[in-house]
Amino acid sequence: MSLRVLVPIKRVVDYAVKIRVANGRVDTANLKHSMNPFDEIALEEAVRMKEKKAAKEVIAFSVGPTKSQDVLRTALAMGADTAVHVEVAEGQEVQPLQVAKLIKAFAEKEKPELVILGKQAIDDDSSQTGQMLAGLLGWPQATFASKIEVKDGSKITVTREVDGGLETISAPLPAVVTADLRLNEPRFATLPNIMKARKKPLTKLSPKDLGVDVTPTIETVKVEEPPKRVGGAKVESVDELVAKLKAAGVV
Amino acid sequence: MASAIRFAAPKIASALRPATRLAPATRAFSQSAAAREGLNSLNTFTEEEQMLREAVANFAKNTIKPKVFEMDEKELLDKSVLKGLFDQGLMGIETPTELGGAGASFTSAIVVIEELAKVDPSVSVICDVQNTLVNTIIKKYGTQAQKEKYLTALAEGKVGCFCLSEAGSGSDAFALETTAKKDGSKYILSGSKMWITNSYEAEIFLVFANADPSKGYKGITCFIVEKDMGVKVAKKEIKLGIKASSTCVLNFDDIEIPADAVLGEVGKGYKYAIEALNEGRIGIAAQMIGLAQGAFDEAQQYMYQRKQFGSLIGDFQGMQFQVAQVATEIEAARLLTYNAARLKEEGKPFVMEAAMAKLYSSQVAEKAASKAVEWVGGVGFTREFPLEKFYRDCKIGAIYEGTSNIQLQTIAKMLKPKYA
Repeated sequence: MSLRVLVPIKRVVDYAVKIRVANGRVDTANLKHSMNPFDEIALEEAVRMKEKKAAKEVIAFSVGPTKSQDVLRTALAMGADTAVHVEVAEGQEVQPLQVAKLIKAFAEKEKPELVILGKQAIDDDSSQTGQMLAGLLGWPQATFASKIEVKDGSKITVTREVDGGLETISAPLPAVVTADLRLNEPRFATLPNIMKARKKPLTKLSPKDLGVDVTPTIETVKVEEPPKRVGGAKVESVDELVAKLKAAGVV
Repeated sequence: MASAIRFAAPKIASALRPATRLAPATRAFSQSAAAREGLNSLNTFTEEEQMLREAVANFAKNTIKPKVFEMDEKELLDKSVLKGLFDQGLMGIETPTELGGAGASFTSAIVVIEELAKVDPSVSVICDVQNTLVNTIIKKYGTQAQKEKYLTALAEGKVGCFCLSEAGSGSDAFALETTAKKDGSKYILSGSKMWITNSYEAEIFLVFANADPSKGYKGITCFIVEKDMGVKVAKKEIKLGIKASSTCVLNFDDIEIPADAVLGEVGKGYKYAIEALNEGRIGIAAQMIGLAQGAFDEAQQYMYQRKQFGSLIGDFQGMQFQVAQVATEIEAARLLTYNAARLKEEGKPFVMEAAMAKLYSSQVAEKAASKAVEWVGGVGFTREFPLEKFYRDCKIGAIYEGTSNIQLQTIAKMLKPKYA
């Protein structure tokens, strides 16, 4: 099997951190950041494919400021073979369409047979990059995957989590898959692998190298916290409940 | 303006200094000479050490934390937790990679011990003894054959323990009475050890026995003894704290050990023991600061959820003052610990600093754990809340690997030559 698997990952605010909205923005400056949890799952799947000999190389890829190197190093410590960092200026917003274009440019050069992404990033919850990437490349896509099987190195069978339950599809390679929660449980980076990660190659590129303009095409108009929960009231009888519902105009 | 004291940049022998230089301070007036010359604060860790800290913290939270209560109630280390420590590469931290270890720095071991202790000080000490006592001595004094055999086994799946103390000799370690009589090409090991950490799970025993009692402590020799040579694990102590860490009596009933079981030189065992303990001290200091921080963090979480008199109890100024005091002391203990670790890595004298770190950290741990129970009130006194365990666990810090009185004596002894 000679599959090369590309895993784009994103550095996001850690899932356990409490965020606050200030001055119309979420201030992320001093908060703890880590790899997007769905991207960890995607990476874990790729590393397992390598261990099962279904894949021969795992490439981790990230678009972000200098600090994104942290998550790339973690990816190497989890088992990726090489890492690619598309560096942008600190504070530069890169939106899903632009990320998809960058991945496309890289994929057209490197020609991986499979791209596995997390289904969505936990900071913007867009769930768009994988889908757009497939569209731009003209490749088949299997999103919200809870199981991936590689057959004969030329096609994949994917079980998808959809609203109605589970859907199983098959697609020829090359293809784009996005990982859902139940695909696997990511490993912890072991100490020997953390030490080995240092020696693995990390290449730096710029958006210009890939011929992509990262200027945002969507403007954020407003950011606000969800309305604070107000206490309810206790009612003594069904009649009182109906009266209150009528007064609130909901029946 | 920053102070004009200039330091000569130290010779950085160890390759494990931070690979990336810290960005200089952004305000011109605050950039000191030290920062410009690349001398960093004690909170500076290499990329590997930082990644390791996160990996171990996650591992401890997900794999160890759910089992802490059960292990403490049963007074037994869970087998899957022990396997997890080996699988994560945490039992051969400084062992060279050719021998199956991680080839990481001493400070990496300290980071691991600290992070494990934040979740369970029992598990932390198992890892501490393996790395800072057992692995260290074999690595330093073992023959190539011994290193290949034992360091690999210790990194991959076998637990080791450090057998020095006896019923009649604790602080007065050199008064030990276990003997190793030479008999042709072997030794006959006879005697008994007490208070030995890890002994229930161990398969490799570093036994300090006297090969020539006529020479007093200069006959003490270190032997690498394997379990199937006939080591008998006798009474397992029932303890106040660190209950999941096994502490047993060991009996050697005239067992035969081969001549090549001698580690290093005959009669130099006393020296190896002191050296190992001087370094192991930093490990215990790390366990204590981890314990203190773990207790502190648990208490803070509760204090910003619990309300009394209409306010979160963490917002009362009286509480905040106590919290600030404890946090300051934990930070001071942490800096003592990491400074001692870096001094050792740099090959500089560190014995006094290590003693200070262990002494102070054990005191801070006791205070932090005690305060944490008080801050959360009644629920902190129940066994289902993690704080009472930290309070019970902390007491051993002032006792093992050199009691606080021994630490004070060591510090005083090293201070005197500076003045008299």
